[in-house]
Amino acid sequence: MITAFTPLTALLGGALIGLAAALLLLANGRIAGISGILGAAAWLPDANTGWRLAFIAGIVLGALGITRLLPVSGEVALQASPALLIAGGLLVGFGTRLGNGCTSGHGICGLARGSRRSIIATVVFFAVALLTVFVVRHVVGG
Amino acid sequence: MAVRIVAALLSGVLFGAGLALSGMMNPAKVLNFLDLAGTWDPSLALVMGGALAVATPAFALARRARHPLFAMRFELPSPADPDPRLLGGAALFGLGWGLVGICPGPAIALLSSGLPAAFLFFAAMLAGMLLYRPFAPAG
Repeated sequence: MITAFTPLTALLGGALIGLAAALLLLANGRIAGISGILGAAAWLPDANTGWRLAFIAGIVLGALGITRLLPVSGEVALQASPALLIAGGLLVGFGTRLGNGCTSGHGICGLARGSRRSIIATVVFFAVALLTVFVVRHVVGG
Repeated sequence: MAVRIVAALLSGVLFGAGLALSGMMNPAKVLNFLDLAGTWDPSLALVMGGALAVATPAFALARRARHPLFAMRFELPSPADPDPRLLGGAALFGLGWGLVGICPGPAIALLSSGLPAAFLFFAAMLAGMLLYRPFAPAG
């Protein structure tokens, strides 16, 4: 499926994500790493469970707000089969915890603070994702 | 602390709004960014660029500040060398991300769509996170 290049909303949306990371850092001293926050919130409750759940609820509310204001942003194409959704979800969940970060924690916060581990992790997950899409779309499905 | 919960909620709202506005909630857009040889959509690069343009000065500011506004100290990972866990985890994540086009932030934001497929992916991702627990380093 073809999607249009949307430079303006991509930049603006990206800036909002950066602002979210800046706020969580400067207000609470925390890295806005989604997989770390969700993985910890889904485990035994502790003193940090409250803000973690609030952050996660905020993501849903923010997305809901924008898709109500701009219905075009809510048009998503999620065509993967249930088996693929389960396999992909398991890999993303396990992998981000093992590697201690995802697109937000390593890709945005890690790069923003110049962490060598995050730069390496970001190169690895982008490279594997690029290769995966190439194989799925052009080798297997081609 | 109530103020930290409010700050986190506001940060989450901005994050979710940014994901939706940028189109990154749409797995088709993410997969097309990753499809250099096919229907390439460069939007994701600008999302990363926009986010880094704002987050990088914030981290520079944090290095100069003594402590965050509402907490005693900054909780940042201490520098360490890359290890097999980092590389293996990033590779497994990249594989799952490339198969479906959803990473953890959009997985949460997509719950707002109400689509059954979004809930299935989220549940599987949560299960993957819990399956990791026995392998977590002690402490």
